[in-house]
Amino acid sequence: MVRSKKSTALRVTASYAVLMVFSLIALYPVWQIFNISLRPSNRLLSTSLELIPANASFGNYVALFTERPFLLWMLNSTLVSLTVTLTGVVLASMCGYAFSRFAFIGKKIGLLSLLVTQMFPATMLLLPMYIMLVQLHLINSYLGIVIMYSATALPFCIWQMKGYYDTIPTSLEEAGKIDGCNEFQTFYQIILPLAAPALVITALFSFMAAWTEYVVAAQILQDTELWTLPLGLKSFESNMGSEWGLYGAASVIVTIPVVVLFLSLSRWLVSGLTLGSVKE
Amino acid sequence: MQSQTFRHRVFLFILVAPAFVVLFGVVIYPFFYNIVLSLSNMNLRHIRDWRIIGFGQYVKVFTEPSQPDFYVVFVKTVIWTVVNLFFHVMLGVFLALVLNQKEIRGKAIFRAILVLPWAVPQLIVALTWRGMFNYEYGSINLMLTQWFNLPGVQWLRQPLEAFIAVIITNVWLGFPFMMVIALGALQSIPHDLYEAADIDGASWYHKLRHITIPLIQPVMVPAITLGTIWTFNNLNIVWLVSNAGEPSDQTHLMVSFVYKAAFNFYRYGYGAALSMVIFFILLIFSLTFMRKSKATQNVYS
Repeated sequence: MVRSKKSTALRVTASYAVLMVFSLIALYPVWQIFNISLRPSNRLLSTSLELIPANASFGNYVALFTERPFLLWMLNSTLVSLTVTLTGVVLASMCGYAFSRFAFIGKKIGLLSLLVTQMFPATMLLLPMYIMLVQLHLINSYLGIVIMYSATALPFCIWQMKGYYDTIPTSLEEAGKIDGCNEFQTFYQIILPLAAPALVITALFSFMAAWTEYVVAAQILQDTELWTLPLGLKSFESNMGSEWGLYGAASVIVTIPVVVLFLSLSRWLVSGLTLGSVKE
Repeated sequence: MQSQTFRHRVFLFILVAPAFVVLFGVVIYPFFYNIVLSLSNMNLRHIRDWRIIGFGQYVKVFTEPSQPDFYVVFVKTVIWTVVNLFFHVMLGVFLALVLNQKEIRGKAIFRAILVLPWAVPQLIVALTWRGMFNYEYGSINLMLTQWFNLPGVQWLRQPLEAFIAVIITNVWLGFPFMMVIALGALQSIPHDLYEAADIDGASWYHKLRHITIPLIQPVMVPAITLGTIWTFNNLNIVWLVSNAGEPSDQTHLMVSFVYKAAFNFYRYGYGAALSMVIFFILLIFSLTFMRKSKATQNVYS
């Protein structure tokens, strides 16, 4: 008994050590972003490993808003992300419901195709869409980028919503019917309010995806006035040049809301993913 | 009665039609357009006067001597995917097992910290790690030289080192997903199974081998399939950490190779054909993997 107590103590200590080491590994690069953002311009390139740079200042944050169009990029990003989110959630909440509840021609193929789109390499839709957008003169426009983002967001949103509707018992619809609601009333007065958590989560995740997307935006948006945050952020990076500090500050501002949302939602995302994929 | 089925159909139509119209415009039509492109000779010189040339672009994908070579890129992509998934799953499941022990305090805090790499936007992860791999000022080399007295590594200027740098970055950002999935699966295992095993005097290895692994497997298999697809197709990390394939286009995965062909060299027909090839590789993989794992699941249950 004494021996087993000892070995338990050893195991627990070792476990804490493992968790500490991995926590440090997880934290260090994140802290590094913060560290860069505080560096004054004469210490951007330093060979010191100190955790808070000497002469730390918030100068980079101030410069972002006073000397750079950072606020404009933020508004652009907000506008684009909100539009994508709204389209995605409205369409997905309706279509997902049909996929969850009703039988119709092409349902199985439809669901399968939504899954198959997840296997497309980035260029699979980006290249043909890019050429189409050029022909339609939608390059360098928000409409172009919103269309591109919807292509990636919508299939995922529909799966998420369908997965959640599947967990709501069908007896609720029958109860609604008995109370004299028609199908449409049942859907938006009974089922939709119950699916509120799924709506919020689907919305937030498609918002975050659009908020941080770079590769597609780099092809579609060319004028600096139209840029979204990730494009602005990348322009500061340019191989650790003189704007490395601005890069750090911009990254911190972009990251904080995403991390906060993510930490509070990660449990939900995972349940959505596994619900969707485990079911047969 | 007649009118009721009619109203049902109208309702169904209203639900599905808008999403279908949008999906048709942004997914289905572009998908078929991509097939057409892959059979055409469209590039910078033939941007308006392009025509269908048959399977020429596919032949080029497999036979054209390119820099880098298609087969080298393919093998690299497979290595990239396997190595990443191996570390993601091993680290993820290991950390989940450690975190799930009943004696550990502060689970929520550890969990939140360990999820951070997944939460930070990939663009920022990639660019920050690129900074950390800088030869003179990056903290990786500074740690190597100042703490361990080792020589610094030319991370971003040599093909092998650059490839390793990209993998390290992606391992860092990928393990939390597997950890969170494994943690969820572990919490759903009933405790009495372990108690029964304790009474039978089972060792930790036996419990792991005969209770834990079989019971988290049904959840892990779809997650691994998804992780494989994401990793195989991850353009952000390789593109941004290696700055578009540096040094001299030797750090490419298939996705970055095709992105460069399409958008830097304007080889639209070729890019479309290569996209199709990548897509079919993934489709075949997913189908066989899911089928195989279904077979093993049946053995267990």
